[in-house]
Amino acid sequence: MPLIRVSLEDFDVATELSRLQVNAGAVASFIGIVRGDSHGRALRSMTLEHYPAMTEHALAEIADRAMRRWDLTDCTIIHRIGRLKPGARIVLAAAASAHRKAALEATTFLIDWLKTDAPFWKREEFSSGESVWVTRNAGDDEARARWAE
Amino acid sequence: MKILYFAWLREQIGHAEEDVIPPPNVTTVGALTEWLASSSPGHRKAFAKRGSLKIAVDQTFARDDTSIAGACEIAYFPPFTGG
Repeated sequence: MPLIRVSLEDFDVATELSRLQVNAGAVASFIGIVRGDSHGRALRSMTLEHYPAMTEHALAEIADRAMRRWDLTDCTIIHRIGRLKPGARIVLAAAASAHRKAALEATTFLIDWLKTDAPFWKREEFSSGESVWVTRNAGDDEARARWAE
Repeated sequence: MKILYFAWLREQIGHAEEDVIPPPNVTTVGALTEWLASSSPGHRKAFAKRGSLKIAVDQTFARDDTSIAGACEIAYFPPFTGG
């Protein structure tokens, strides 16, 4: 049963990956971190906004899609919201299976789809005090398209 | 009917949500967008880039020809940038 969580709070990586070890032979994971700079400018913080009524459902749908496509024992998507400082964890996508190939592929799939299909928006605040909404990276759409069935 | 705005769209319009009663001839998402865009200079400016906006009717992705009959919540937002 996939674990889906949207939270202001940080998550504990060891706890989450241990949960996925049950009945698995392989656990793969991706952790997204707030970078210290963006386009060469120092970042003070990143703020994540979401559409609460839609978010968990969207994440659950992505997880279910991965569970159907690969022979997974379980998977996890945790995404933080609110104002995060450089170095902070933003997202965990992880998948568990009997063997590494399915776990690794499904993890990539989870994060690729999350980028394009889950209702989150990032706002970057620079050290100068200026802030901008992050614009969609065309590479994200290409990454998702790779998984077309 | 409740209208929700997110990210830069919310900032340009100046509020996160509003309750509206569209006129009877506004029956689709596309017509609703036109009608909202004409409701204030702020809306007009925000909806100027409407081609890049995404729309959800009752939390399900919608297109311009999607009906809004019986809908409770319509959300407008820019492309997602999470992860």
